[in-house]
Amino acid sequence: MTETFSFNAESLDKVKFELSKYPEDRKQSSVMSLLDIAQRQNGGWLSKSAIEHVASHLEMPYIKVYEIVTFYSMYYTTPVGKYFVQVCTTTPCWLKGSDEVVKACKEIISEKQNELSNDGLFSWMEVECLGACVNAPLVQINDDFYEDLNYENTKNVLQSFIDGNLSPIGSQIGRKGSRAEEYVKS
Amino acid sequence: MLKAKDKIFTNLYGDQTYSLREAQSRGDWDQTIDFIKKGSDWIIDEVKKSELRGRGGAGFPTGLKWSFMPKDANKNNYLVVNADESEPGTCKDRDMIRNEPHKLLEGCLLAGFAMNAHDCYIYIRGEYFNESVVLQKAIDEAYEAGLIGKNACNSGWNFNIYLHRGAGAYICGEETALLESLEGKKGQPRLKPPFPANKGLYGSPTTVNNVETIAVVPTILRRGGSWFSSLGKTKNTGTKVFCISGHVNTPCNIEEEMGIPLKELIEKHAGGVRGGWNNLKAIIPGGSSVPMIPKSVCDNVSMDFDSLSSVKSGLGTAAVIVMDQSTDLVKAIARISRFYKHESCGQCTPCREGTGWMWRMMEKIAAGEASPGEIDRLLDVTKQVEGHTICALGDAAAWPIQGLFRHFRDEIEEQLIKKIRAA
Repeated sequence: MTETFSFNAESLDKVKFELSKYPEDRKQSSVMSLLDIAQRQNGGWLSKSAIEHVASHLEMPYIKVYEIVTFYSMYYTTPVGKYFVQVCTTTPCWLKGSDEVVKACKEIISEKQNELSNDGLFSWMEVECLGACVNAPLVQINDDFYEDLNYENTKNVLQSFIDGNLSPIGSQIGRKGSRAEEYVKS
Repeated sequence: MLKAKDKIFTNLYGDQTYSLREAQSRGDWDQTIDFIKKGSDWIIDEVKKSELRGRGGAGFPTGLKWSFMPKDANKNNYLVVNADESEPGTCKDRDMIRNEPHKLLEGCLLAGFAMNAHDCYIYIRGEYFNESVVLQKAIDEAYEAGLIGKNACNSGWNFNIYLHRGAGAYICGEETALLESLEGKKGQPRLKPPFPANKGLYGSPTTVNNVETIAVVPTILRRGGSWFSSLGKTKNTGTKVFCISGHVNTPCNIEEEMGIPLKELIEKHAGGVRGGWNNLKAIIPGGSSVPMIPKSVCDNVSMDFDSLSSVKSGLGTAAVIVMDQSTDLVKAIARISRFYKHESCGQCTPCREGTGWMWRMMEKIAAGEASPGEIDRLLDVTKQVEGHTICALGDAAAWPIQGLFRHFRDEIEEQLIKKIRAA
């Protein structure tokens, strides 16, 4: 891609708000949020041009910003699907069957992680603990968590994006937040 | 069992909204001005009296930590709240942020005032995007109502709260890595000393506290430090939000009294172990960093800092990960080893290299391709990592492996020998 990136008006508003949080001589503190704003504007990933734009905006050397991009796991330097599915497979999710969630992603999206589905709609990857372990297993799709998954309802959630009739965010078995389900001893 | 009247987080599950109006109807932001009028020494004394210990994992006495902050009014002190909840098994701060944000914000004002800080940063993990939206709305509401900002609560104290989103790095839960990240750098822990209370954010005195630690402070002040310390056990006081995950019938977050027996916690609140208590194999009682304990220990142990450290484990973040008899424990820990390998910041050689070593050896054992002698070599590697790094991530990577072999070495060796004989 040779396209040159620069913040649009909406992004600039957000940038202004972020910069207002830190002392004037400490604007480097906003580098993480500016990268996030740039990534959102750029369709979910950071091109070289986007990173350069953030660097010049903050008067930081490009390499210092690039270092941030590679250190943190939520910045992506290659394109991701319109629906980017992150599957937690760390132990609490693994104990509750995250292998089945991975299987569903492989079937519906692609055999390999980090590649676009044939329709270009999705990509998926394994990630480390997302921090919703009592609702395990779960995936994050763009900004939202889909919880209490199994093979079947993972497929349903993914299918709902294809059909455009989105599944509700959160628990897929109707739980309220992290409250225990009613348990009747059999 | 904790009585309903002693619960602090009455909206943990979001039955009501997080809005200021409903938060106030639950008792938040009540008498805040009176506590400020009583002065910072009074606040710190009440927190000391409560015997509150930090809820982020280390369990350091909060009042004592606050008293380390310099009193010099000319200094620009900072309060930083650690909402980078990333310890596998842990998801309690998430509930407090999305359902009880005003408890956290009120706590920030009181803690900030007590430590002479006018500015507070809340560092929330990047994956909690929706939670950060809620928290920002709550912050906006608090500004609009004059509860924070200039002359907060009409107290004459100016207090600002800013939200800072992370971007996916477990290590930023380590307080000095968090400060580096907040300064716009890679999250690599700092050498200590100097400690943050002397030189923290932007070189200024800083205290970093966990979400739960700060969020319980307003209730402690309203009901008195002695109320909080009357709950739980000596030196392990108060209430605690536990996260119960893994092989239980009904996983959940639950606020309970500190020191509740582990078995009671699981049977009363999480529907018991899948297949019954006797189907239990082992439990990781405090998040992925603490060593597991076998069923025989789980039978009688209590959930508090000192009880769990006496059985060579720890309360950590109180994230209880339950594993039943069907669990391949080696695989479960190998996955945790992979986590630490992924999350090592790369600064210290023993951790950067050691976490990869430990993970590969764990995978080898899990695949049954190791000889029993290699377990000794692995344990030796854990000892070379432990205690030889700037921060505790190295220790956290070593302990789960040590815990596994402390309790299950015979069983694992037997399986390896069987595999060798069969080959």
